[in-house]
Amino acid sequence: MHSFDFATPTSVSDAVAILAKEGSNARLLAGGTDLLIGMRVGRATPGLVVDIKQIPEFKQYTLDGNGLQLGAAVTCRTLYEDASVVETYPALIESARIIGGMQTQGRASIGGNLCNAAPSGDSIPTLIVLGAVAKIIGSGGERDLAAEDVCVAPGRTSLAENELVLSINIPAPAANSGACFQRFIPRNEMDIAIASVASSVVLSADGSTFESARIALGAVGPTPIFAKEAGDLLAGKPATEASIQAAADAAEAAATPINDMRGTIEQRNHLINVLTKRTLREAVARAKG
Amino acid sequence: MSKVHVTTTINGDEVEFLAEPRQSLLEVLRDEVKLTGTKEGCNDGNCGACSVVFDGTLVASCCVLGVEAEGKTVETVEGMASPEALHPLQKAFLEETGMQCGICTPGFLISSKELLKAKPNPSEEEIRFWLANNLCRCTGYDKIVKAVQKAAAVMEEA
Repeated sequence: MHSFDFATPTSVSDAVAILAKEGSNARLLAGGTDLLIGMRVGRATPGLVVDIKQIPEFKQYTLDGNGLQLGAAVTCRTLYEDASVVETYPALIESARIIGGMQTQGRASIGGNLCNAAPSGDSIPTLIVLGAVAKIIGSGGERDLAAEDVCVAPGRTSLAENELVLSINIPAPAANSGACFQRFIPRNEMDIAIASVASSVVLSADGSTFESARIALGAVGPTPIFAKEAGDLLAGKPATEASIQAAADAAEAAATPINDMRGTIEQRNHLINVLTKRTLREAVARAKG
Repeated sequence: MSKVHVTTTINGDEVEFLAEPRQSLLEVLRDEVKLTGTKEGCNDGNCGACSVVFDGTLVASCCVLGVEAEGKTVETVEGMASPEALHPLQKAFLEETGMQCGICTPGFLISSKELLKAKPNPSEEEIRFWLANNLCRCTGYDKIVKAVQKAAAVMEEA
C-alpha cells in the first residue's frame, strides 16, 4: 500500500476543516472495507486518510417517532443486533445482513456503502425506497440530499470534495406500509449482486389498493436506479398480481444492464422482473402485518 | 510519512508499537508485535484467515489499519488457550480434524469463539452462515462444523 498520513479528528467541524484544506487529497475512513482494499490495489491513492470514527456523531443512531437518524459510520452489525431496528426496518436489515460476511459487517457502514457508490451496493436500493435522506455537511454548510441523488457514476457521488455524509435519515414507516430487499447471487452468501431490487408500498387501510410504491434496482446500471415510473404506476391500483406484474415489467424496462463476468443483459433483465414481483409481494404482506 | 506511536491492549496485555499509517493491523500484529498466529490469506477481506476481535467485534485484520488500534483492544488466537489447557474449540478442532494445512485455522478459531459468544448453541445453518467469511481449501468444512458443534456442547456443559 502507498504511504499516506493519518488524521483522527474528534469533531465534525475539525473533519470539515480538514476536507476544506485537503480536497481530493483526503479520503474518509469509516469501516475501511472498501477504502483499504482500493488503496491496496492502487485504485485509491489519497495522501491523507481521515478516520471519522472518533467523532461521536458518526457513530450514533437514534430510532424514535421521526424515524432512524443513522450516523454514517454505524456498522451493519450494530443495526441488525438492535431488535427495534430489525422490527421497524426489515428491508434495511435484509441489506445490512448480506454486505460481506460477519467480519465485514462488523466494520462496514450503511453510510460507507452509500458513499462507495457501487452499482451493486446492497443498501442503496433499500435507502431509496425507504425515502432516506443523506444529511451532508461541508465548508459551505449543511444540506439534505435524497438517497437516489447521491450516486452519479460507478464509485462517484454528487458530493463536493469538501463535503461528507454525516448521517442518513430514514423516515418512520407510514401506516399500512411495507418494504423488502432481495438480490440474486449464485452463492448462498458473501457475493456481489448480479441484480437486486428493493420495493416499498403503502396500502389503503383495508389493504385492497396501493396508495403509493417505490421501486429501486441494483447492479443493472452505472448507479443504483430509482425506477420511479414503475412504482408510480401502482398508485391507486388494486393490490393484485396483475398490478404487480405491470410494475415488474416497468421496472425491467428501467434497467440498463451490461454483460460482464457476473451475468448477462438477458439474465439481469429477467432477474429484475422476478425480484420486483417477489419484493412487491413481500412488501404487501408486510404492509398487511 | 512519519511513524505513529500506538498504545493498545492485545490479549489483555498493554502493547506499544510504531506503525506507518499504511500498515494494516494484520501487518502490525505479525511484523511489529511478532504475534504470527494471525495469518495472511487473501489480504482482501474475503478469506478470514486474519480474523481477530478488534474493539469487541470480529473483523478481518487486513481491513483495519494498525494505527486504528490506539486505545482499543485486540484479541488474537494467541490469547485463546490458558496456560493450563487449550480452549474447547482448539481441542475440538484437533479431535475432529477440523484442519489440514492449518493456515485458515486461527481465523476459524477466532470466528467460532465469537459465534459461540453470541449464540452458545448454534444450528448447523447458523454455524455455516457465521463462518461464511472464513474460507478453507482443505477440509470441505464438514469437519470444521462438527468441531464447532462439539465445542459448543462441551462449553454448554461446563
